[in-house]
Amino acid sequence: MTSVAIVGAGPAGMAAAALLAEHGLRPVLVDEAERPGGQVWRQPGAPVTPDKKRLLGRAGAADFTRVHAAFAAVAGRVDHRPRHLAWTVQDGEVFLAEGARITTLRPAALLLATGATDRLLPVPGWTLPGVFSLGGAQVLLKDQGAAIGRRVVFAGASPLLYLAALQYHTMGVEVAAVLDTTRFAAKLRALPGLARSGTRILARGLSYMARLRAAGVPILHGVTGLVVEGETRAEAIRFTNHGGAERRIACDAVALGFGLRPETQLSDLAGATLRFDPTFRQWLPATDADGRCGPGLYAAGDGCAIGGAEAAELSGRLAGWAMLADLGRTVPAEELRALRLRLTRLRAFQRDLTRAFAWPGHWLRTTPEETLLCRCEAVTLGALRAALAKPLGPREINRAKALTRCGMGRCQARFCGSAMAEAMSQALDRPLDEVGRLRGQAPVKPIPLDAALAQEAAAP
Amino acid sequence: MSVTRTGTAIIGGGLMGCWTALMLRRRDPDHPVLVLEKGAVGAQASGVNYGNLRIQGRHPGQLPLAIRAAEIWERLRDHVGEDCEFDATGHLYAARDDAQEIAKAEKTAKEAAAHGMTTEVLDAAALAARWPWLKGFSVASWSARDAVANPRLVTPAVARAARARGAEIREGARVIAAAHSGGAFRIETDGGGIIAADQLVNVAGAWAPEVAGWFGETAPVVPAGPPQFVTDAVPYFMRPSVQAVDGSVIFRQTPQGQIVVAGYPRGSSDPVANRAPVDPRRTLAAMGHLLRAVPRLHGATLLRVWSGIEAYLPDMLPVIGPSGTTPGLWHAFGFCGHGFQLGPGVGAVLADLLLDGRTATPLDLFPITRFATGQVTEAEHFRREFDSRSLAQARPDSAGSAADRSGQEA
Repeated sequence: MTSVAIVGAGPAGMAAAALLAEHGLRPVLVDEAERPGGQVWRQPGAPVTPDKKRLLGRAGAADFTRVHAAFAAVAGRVDHRPRHLAWTVQDGEVFLAEGARITTLRPAALLLATGATDRLLPVPGWTLPGVFSLGGAQVLLKDQGAAIGRRVVFAGASPLLYLAALQYHTMGVEVAAVLDTTRFAAKLRALPGLARSGTRILARGLSYMARLRAAGVPILHGVTGLVVEGETRAEAIRFTNHGGAERRIACDAVALGFGLRPETQLSDLAGATLRFDPTFRQWLPATDADGRCGPGLYAAGDGCAIGGAEAAELSGRLAGWAMLADLGRTVPAEELRALRLRLTRLRAFQRDLTRAFAWPGHWLRTTPEETLLCRCEAVTLGALRAALAKPLGPREINRAKALTRCGMGRCQARFCGSAMAEAMSQALDRPLDEVGRLRGQAPVKPIPLDAALAQEAAAP
Repeated sequence: MSVTRTGTAIIGGGLMGCWTALMLRRRDPDHPVLVLEKGAVGAQASGVNYGNLRIQGRHPGQLPLAIRAAEIWERLRDHVGEDCEFDATGHLYAARDDAQEIAKAEKTAKEAAAHGMTTEVLDAAALAARWPWLKGFSVASWSARDAVANPRLVTPAVARAARARGAEIREGARVIAAAHSGGAFRIETDGGGIIAADQLVNVAGAWAPEVAGWFGETAPVVPAGPPQFVTDAVPYFMRPSVQAVDGSVIFRQTPQGQIVVAGYPRGSSDPVANRAPVDPRRTLAAMGHLLRAVPRLHGATLLRVWSGIEAYLPDMLPVIGPSGTTPGLWHAFGFCGHGFQLGPGVGAVLADLLLDGRTATPLDLFPITRFATGQVTEAEHFRREFDSRSLAQARPDSAGSAADRSGQEA
C-alpha cells in the first residue's frame, strides 16, 4: 500500500488522517502527545476528567466531541504513533524518536501539521515563576485540570486572552484582570471586516468578553508598559492604563499571550520555501491553495498559516484531498471548491484579527537592557544590542545567533526568535524580512544521545 | 566608475584573509589592504568548525607553520583584544586497542616532540587515572599545549582588529572577476566596484578554485564538511579535547557546558546553493561513538547539528604560496578541515610573502603547481572517507558547471 504520513495529530492532522483512511490508505499519524487532539482539542491526562461543557462551553464541547468521534471512527485504520517526535526530514526520509528509540519513514506523501506555539514578548519580570505563556496556561488546565495560580492576570495582545480567562473563570479560578495591550478603537475598526469573514467566531469571541464583564472581571484595553513584579515569584503586574495612569494589580500568576507563531522548523528541514508574511510578521511555508509545498510535501493547520481550529480542520482535509489527487485518485471538485472558499474566508478573518490584536513588537524599543531575551542561554536585550552595535556586527539573524548565543539553546529560538528578530530590525533600522529568519536545524526538539545506542541494538 | 586603489586585495574574509590583513598592517602600518568578503566575515568554514587548535597529529611538514600559529594564538588577546574563549585545554589523540591505531598515536607523539613540543604517551592506566570518565582507549598521545577557541567569535574579532589598524574590510562584496595586466590586478565585485591592486591574495576557501581559474590554474577541491553537533549543557567535567585516532569522533566541552562533537565521515557540501546538509545517520553514529567514549553522558541530549563548506584536497594538504602563472598572486586554501589552528600562521606567512617575497616558514609541500604536474598522491584517509558523490564534484569539468549554475541563479 502507498505509504502516507502526517506529522501532528491536531485538528488538521486528524482530519487528513480520517480522509486518507476513508479512502483505503493507512496513514501513519505521528504525534508527540499521548492522545490525539492537538492543543485545541487536547484530551485530559488520566485520571483528570474536567467537565467539558464547563471548560470549553457548549459549542466548544460539541466541536470537541465531533472531532474526536470522527477520528475514533477511523482510528483502527490509522497507524497512530503517539509519543513520537519527528525530529528531522532528510531527502524525504522522516526521522522519529520515541524516547530513545529511533525509527524512520519514507512516505510517498508527507503532510506537516505541526501547529503553533505562543509568540512571546519579553517584558520585565517575564521569567519569574508564576508567569506562563497563554497556551501553557490552557494546556495545564486541559491536560492536568490545574490552574497556574489562584489569582491570575491575563495580559497581552490576543483574542485568546478572553477565551483562556473565561475558561479559568468558569473552572473557579479568580481572574484578577484581562489586560489587553490593543486599543478598543482598533478592535472596533476591525469589526465590520470580521463580521463579514467569520460571523460565528466573532459572536463567540464577543460573548467571552460579555461573560467576563458580567462576572465582574476588569477588562482594560490599550494597556502599555507591562512589568511583572515579585521577589522570587510573580506577586503583581504593573502597567500604564489607556488614560496614562500607572496601575498595579496583585496576583500570583500571569498568563502572557501575544498571538501564535507557526512551528515551521520541520517544513524548513523538509525543503519547503518559507516566505515572509507582513501581516503576521512571520515566515510561513509557501503552499498552493490546497497545501502543496514541495514534491510529495504538504502543510496544513496553524503550522502553515495561523487560522484557528476550524481553518486547521478544513486545511487538513484539503491537504488530504491534495495527497489523494497527487496519488492519482479522483477528487470531488465541488467539495474542494467549497473547502477552499471557506478556508480563504477563515484565514482572512484571522488576518483581520491579527491586525486588530496587533503584536506590540515596538515595545522592545523601550524594554530595559537587562531584560532577558533568550532564557535558554541567558542573553539580555542589552547584550544583543551591544553585539549589533560593534564594528562588523551582525546584520542578519543567523549571524546574530552565532555571535551572541541568542536563540541557540534548548528551545531553538521558539520562545525568543520573534522578539529577537523585532529587536534586530529596530536596532539596525532594517525591515524585519531583511533581518532574515533562523534556519531550521535538526533536531526540531532535543533527543537523547542514548537513541544512538538503541538504534545500534535494533539494527539487524 | 570609481576605482579603489589598494596595495593588497584579499578575496575571502575568512580566518585566513582576516589574519593576513591584520598581520600585514602589524608589519607595515602603511600598506593598503582591502578584504573582499561575499557574505559576512568568518561565516563559512572559519566560523562553523569545531574550534580545534591542536598541533599534534598533523603532517610533519605542517608543524613549523602550526607552531608559528600557536605562538600567535597564545597571545590572542594582544593581537585582537579579545580571548574568544581561547583555552589551552590540551589535546588527547586516543587509540583503541588496535596495533595500527596505537602505532599512529605513538608516531604522533614522536613527531610533535621532534619539533620541540612536549608530548606524553599514556597507557590505559594513566588515562584512567587522569580522566576516569574516558573509556575504551588503550593508548593516547597527550599534548598539553594544544588548545581550543570559539570559531564563531574569532574571525570577526580578527577582522575588527585589522580594521582598527587601518585595513579596509568590505562585507557583502562578491568578486565576480579578476585579471592581471600591466603589473596590476583589476578586480570587479557584484556591486559594480572596481579595485586596482598591486598584489592579490586568494583565500576564498571552497570558492577559491574559481578565483584560481581566472588565472589559468586549478586545484581539485572537494567541498565537504563533518557532521557536527552540540549537546545540551551538562556540568563541566571535561577538560581536554579528545580525538579518536580512527577519526570516528572528536569532542570537547565548552565553558557553557555543552559538548561539541565532530563525527565521521564528512559529507559533501554545496558551495553554489550554500548548503551543508547533515546526514542524520552520521549524527546518530557520532552520538554512539561519543557515548561509548564517555558513558557519563548517558541521559544528555542532542541539541543541534550543523556542518560547513570546507575545501578538501586529495593529498589532505592545503595550497599555500605563489601562483604558478601570475606574479603577485598568492593562494592559501584547501585546508582539509584542519585550517582553524593554522589561521594566524598563514596570515603571518602571507604577510612575509607579500612584503618580502619570501618567508622563513617552510611551504615546500603546499604549492598549487603540484596538481598541474601530477605529483599528488591521494591520501589513504581521503580515499576512505569521501563517497563517490563528493568526489564527483571534484572532477575538473565540474568547476564550469558550478559557475553556470550560479550564473542562472543570479
